[in-house]
Parts: sequence; C-alpha cells; structure tokens
Amino acid sequence: MNRLVILGAGTAGTMISNHLNKELNENEWEIYVIDERDKHYYQPGYLFLPFDIYQPEDIVKPTKEFIPDAVKFIQAKIDKVNADENYVKMQNGDIFHYDILIIATGTDIAPEETKGMKGEEWKKSVFDFYTFEGALALRNKLRNWEGGKLVVHITEMPIKCPVAPLEFAFLADSYFKHKNMRDKVEITYVTPLSGAFTKPKATAALEHLLTEKNIKIESDFAIESVDNVNKKIVDYGGKEISFDLLVTVPTNKGNDMIERSGLGDDLNYVPTNKSTLRSKEHENIFVIGDASNVPASKAGSVAHFEAEILTENIIRYINKQPLKEEFDGHANCFIETGNGKALLIDFNYTHEPVEGEFPFPGVGPLKLLKESRMNHMGKLAFRWIYWNMLLKGTHLPFVSTSMQEAGKHFN
Amino acid sequence: MNKVIAGRAIEVNEEGYLKNFSQWSTEVAHEIAKEHNLNLTPKHMKVIDYLQEQHKSESPLTIRKVGKSGVVDIKEFYELFPNGPLKTSTKIAGIPKPASCI
Repeated sequence: MNRLVILGAGTAGTMISNHLNKELNENEWEIYVIDERDKHYYQPGYLFLPFDIYQPEDIVKPTKEFIPDAVKFIQAKIDKVNADENYVKMQNGDIFHYDILIIATGTDIAPEETKGMKGEEWKKSVFDFYTFEGALALRNKLRNWEGGKLVVHITEMPIKCPVAPLEFAFLADSYFKHKNMRDKVEITYVTPLSGAFTKPKATAALEHLLTEKNIKIESDFAIESVDNVNKKIVDYGGKEISFDLLVTVPTNKGNDMIERSGLGDDLNYVPTNKSTLRSKEHENIFVIGDASNVPASKAGSVAHFEAEILTENIIRYINKQPLKEEFDGHANCFIETGNGKALLIDFNYTHEPVEGEFPFPGVGPLKLLKESRMNHMGKLAFRWIYWNMLLKGTHLPFVSTSMQEAGKHFN
Repeated sequence: MNKVIAGRAIEVNEEGYLKNFSQWSTEVAHEIAKEHNLNLTPKHMKVIDYLQEQHKSESPLTIRKVGKSGVVDIKEFYELFPNGPLKTSTKIAGIPKPASCI
C-alpha cells in the first residue's frame, strides 16, 4: 500500500483530499490528512464577523464533516517533516511515512514581528481580523466604540487575501453610516504599497472608491513600531500616524513547522514551481494554497484552481509522466464595497484585473471591476458554495480553472 | 523611451527604470541618484551591489530581505534612501522596480 499524506485540513487541504479520494485507486493508495484543529473556519467570514453581518456559528463547522470517510483524519500537532527520509514526525512521537506529501499548512499572522504590536494595547485598541478570535474581539469592541480615528493597516506584503483590508475599510464606512456615527469616525487606510492595490487598473478603481467614501489613504508606509503609550504607528522613515482604534494586518508567515523542517524561505513559505505546484527541492513533495511561495494571491479561489491542476499532476507523478505546467495564477475575488454592493476581479500571473463581464463574455451577470448589487449577492451566495461545493471538490459550473480572456476589456 | 543620462541615451520605462541592465554604469547610478537628491557613498554602493546580485540570481526583493542581508538593517536602508527605499535604490541600481507582489 502506498501512502499520500496531506498536512493541513484548511481550505486547500480539504479540497485536495476530496479530489484525490475520487481519483486515486483505494486498493493502492491510502490518504491521510493531518491537522491539529478539529474545526474548519470559513475565513472569508472573518471580514463580516466584526460588523455583526455574520455570527460565529455561520462560519465554524467540524473539520471531519468535510473530509471523505475513506480518508484518515489525524488530529495532532506536527513536529516536523524529514524530507530526506520521507516521514512526518508528530509532537507526540508518532511517525507517518509517506510516498507523496502535500503541504497545505497555510499562512498565519505574526504580530510579534513588529515592535510593540502585541503590546499593552493588543485587543484593547489594536486588533487583527485575520483570526477567528481577533475578528470576534473586534466585533465586541466595535459594538460599543464611540468613534475617533480608525486606522486600517497592512504591515507588509505578501498577505492572505490582499483585498480584505480594503473591504474592511469600505464595510467600516458603511457600518458607521448605519449607526449614524460616520461623522464621529475618521478612517485612514495605511499601506506599504504605493497605492490601494498591487495591480494598476484595480488600484485606480479602488482609490476612486476610497475618495468617494471619504477614506484617507497613506501609502508607502513601512511600519517600524506601534507606540502603545501615545497610540501611534511609526514608520522607518519617521512618519507617524495616530489612532484610537488600529485594525492591522500583521506580517503573514507560513507555519512554524515549515521552519523546523528546513523547508521554507525567510517567511516560512515553501519554494514551489509556480506552474506545476511541485516543491522545487523534493520531487515527491507538492504544495497547495497559502503555504507556497508562488507569486499568486493567497486566497481560497487560488487554492481551488490549484487543486484541479495539482490532482492531475499527482496522478501524472504516480504514473511517471511529466507534470503539466498549467497553473496560471488564476484568482477570482469579490471585493465588498459596503452598502450592499461589491466588485469582482478575475486575474492571473500575467493579466491584471480589468473591466468586463463574468462568467459569460458580454453577458455577465457579474460585472468585473465595477460596483454592483449582483456582485454582492454573489459574495453572500459564496458561503453556501464554499461549504457545499468548493470544499467537496465539486467543479464550479462556468468557472474555468485557467483564466479566460474573453469578456475582459484589456484595452 | 530614451533618456540622456550621464551623456548617453539610456532606455527607460515611463517611471524611469532602466529597461536594459547592460546600459547601467556607476556614472548612470550617480546621475539617477542626483535626481533624488542623493549623493552616493560607498555604503550606498554596497547596497546597490547587493541588489544587483539578488536580481541576477532572480531572487525577489523585499524591504524585509534587504534588512536581513547583513549589508544594512531596515533603519539604515531608510537613512540611505529616504521615502520608499526599495523603489529608489532599485532605480539607481538599474534593475526593475520590485513587484511587491499580488
């Protein structure tokens, strides 16, 4: 019996376990999924939790519900991978040998990377919303907050879901309007980038929205420290921005286990071939989702498209065929803009997000890079799609794995 | 488009980054630095050497990476190239502006 081990039962690990369970011969291959947690979190929900749009129970379910019965789920903490001898060592001393390893351990926040971020004010006036606990604590804070300077801040790139902090700023504008206190809140968006987003056309569209919503933008801000006493963030060039409430996206890093295993780069991401999704150093190790260093967005949609190609490449690897160099960096993201509207962007390694229609060229019904209510309905419907189709590895109708150029207005 | 830098026609993009590293020289670096009100010292040049080496080995550049390079820490990097040090230093080094990605 051969063994395939998947590390991580988040979005990427769960999807790939479902795909492979369907494709691999059960008489030849046993599949293991290892994760220390027993709960699966719908991470896009972290954006809605602080604003009381979703409740905790909307976004948490038992992990086991989404892992196929034939796949063995091991709930335990990983110590490290020994890639030269093909085994995973657990903290309780158990050893799992593998023939193929898939790393899907994702990315997490590392507030300790910035001086003062996890200081006195952490979870008092300094919050993150990239963890369930952080988003929930922020919800409780916002319920009673009386207003002042709200600073929405990105520490450094890359981060998971690069549009989430912008969406947070847009939704905050909408939230305070509904509470009839928008005039008591000054919103500033602080980014290490030179503009609102990483791609030029989307940046222009998004900056227009920031202006329209009276959200100030401070760009090229590389944070050095959080001053807990005077409630300021300070950058390396000496620029200072004061806050009453700081909502920050801390440095994102891959799992510590990657570092202990000597498999990662300086941010614990595994160097990965961006077209085949195989580790650059080990021919029987593959990487899916946020855990890799490929230059695509760290987002669930990317992991979904990767899962379809990775499944094929695992089968090719087993059959000793050359891998397909097919992954194009395809990402598809809704961007909530507040007041019941959203934008949609669809892009890949080489094509930036532009205007157009999706998924049917010339028809839509969704509009690319333009605000619409239909896009917002799409985002809300996505939670159902996530739990019921995406995790189970069901192919989404009309949405192709590689990005389509038709229907996009490139010039 | 072409721009005359240090007496020679150099091919640059709309943001002023060299399109062709083979056209780079120390004189070109000094000229571009002047446009940013910088006088290049040996310390600046050490950083520029480091950036060019990384570029040659196709290793993506970030402020974090330069800070851990052993050449300068982040604070010094900002002192040498104020206001967006990575953007300014790569332009002077004659290499593309780092796509701070995604």
